[in-house]
Amino acid sequence: MLALLKREIRIAWRAGGGALTGVLFFLAVVTVFPFAVGPDTKLLSHLAPAILWIGALLASLLGLDRMFAQEREDGSLDMLVMQGHPLMLVFFMKAFAHWLMSGLPLVLATPLFGIMLNLSPLGIGATMITLLAGTPAISFIGAAGASVAVKLPRGGMLISVLVLPLVIPVLVFGIAAITGALTDPAPFTTPFLFLCAITLFTSVLGPLAASVMLRHSAD
Amino acid sequence: MTMTSETAIRSNASNLWGLANPTRFMGFANRAIPVLGIATMLLFAIGLYLSFTAPEDYQQGYTVLIMFIHVPAAWLAMMTYSVMSISALGSIVWRHPLADVSLRTAAPLGAVFTFLALATGSLWGKPMWGTWWEWDARMTSVLILFIIYLGIIALSKAFDEPSEAAQPLAIMTLVGVPLLPIIKFSVDWWNTLHQPASVSRFDRPAMGPEFLYPLLIMALAYMALFFTLHFMSMRNEVLARRIRAMKMKQARRK
Repeated sequence: MLALLKREIRIAWRAGGGALTGVLFFLAVVTVFPFAVGPDTKLLSHLAPAILWIGALLASLLGLDRMFAQEREDGSLDMLVMQGHPLMLVFFMKAFAHWLMSGLPLVLATPLFGIMLNLSPLGIGATMITLLAGTPAISFIGAAGASVAVKLPRGGMLISVLVLPLVIPVLVFGIAAITGALTDPAPFTTPFLFLCAITLFTSVLGPLAASVMLRHSAD
Repeated sequence: MTMTSETAIRSNASNLWGLANPTRFMGFANRAIPVLGIATMLLFAIGLYLSFTAPEDYQQGYTVLIMFIHVPAAWLAMMTYSVMSISALGSIVWRHPLADVSLRTAAPLGAVFTFLALATGSLWGKPMWGTWWEWDARMTSVLILFIIYLGIIALSKAFDEPSEAAQPLAIMTLVGVPLLPIIKFSVDWWNTLHQPASVSRFDRPAMGPEFLYPLLIMALAYMALFFTLHFMSMRNEVLARRIRAMKMKQARRK
């Protein structure tokens, strides 16, 4: 399992692997927003958590179609399916590696982009924690989406269409938690715990769906 | 055990298993569709008559009539997804082609019912709440259901070989199932604009009988309409697959 994780990370860091592309894309989305809504710092700091979350969401969706497609092309997916480990664990590892390479860099880049958007330190902290708790869920749900579209030659767009409605709860509770941290009467803990619950729930459901899907897809 | 005796045992086991045989299903559908069609028309005739003769609401005036179209459409939007999830289970567990046919043909119907619920809700919301659209929990969750329906339809069209789509469709459908309780309870969990349920309550409906009966008859009419259309399009899909199989056979022979 650890070997699989190492392998995934090596592939992602290799040229063209796309680990850094995600952060670049995140930067691009964050940069585009002030152009669209105007450079009003007050408005921007108000919108900043939303911009960061949407940027992270879109950047996480970016690499999903590659999660299984390349493995399927070169046949290593069949090897993964046929070796002895429980398939669900294998896909959990793959989704986790996807998060390490796409979600975690975004979390680490959040303080920088938060300052650019004039977000308060408390807001930056809240955004980072909620992104840390929430983005794994995107990867886990995305694993299910990617496994569904693995046989499609042009599945990239379709995966996003399928996955986006399912990750909306993640977004809702993430933003609710940030709002709770920044404004007084709204609670932070309740939506944050819901967010953690969603991530734990999807960490089972996503790999399970992917393993059911891909177990019999070997051809 | 030979193939024929196995199917004989299966078909004798119960009627439901018998219907799982496509040929038997076709026979059943051919008999059921006219009956269901007539039932649909009768129910709609009675339901629409009762709806239009229902008294004005003392607060909402005549706009309350929208309810008789809106509420059953919303119920059917959820019932269709339940039918699809049960089909998805059948498609995954028994890998039965008919379950896949049922799932695939129900999706467009569900999308239409969901759209109808959203559109009539919007028309109702304008005079009542003063807005066409509000991002309230009930509306947003139904909108997500609509997007999921469209995604499933897009996925079902994306494969060259229809049988390859069976597994992905079933899994995608099951992944969306948690949305149903969210839609149902969204009016209770989040205190928002949309009014809470006023029919399915444990004590007694909060609605007067002059509104309740037309509503229930309209709901039955919608259900009959759904099953009529669903059986019809399932029959079409089975026929289309047979034609496809014959074409393949012919192409191979040449």
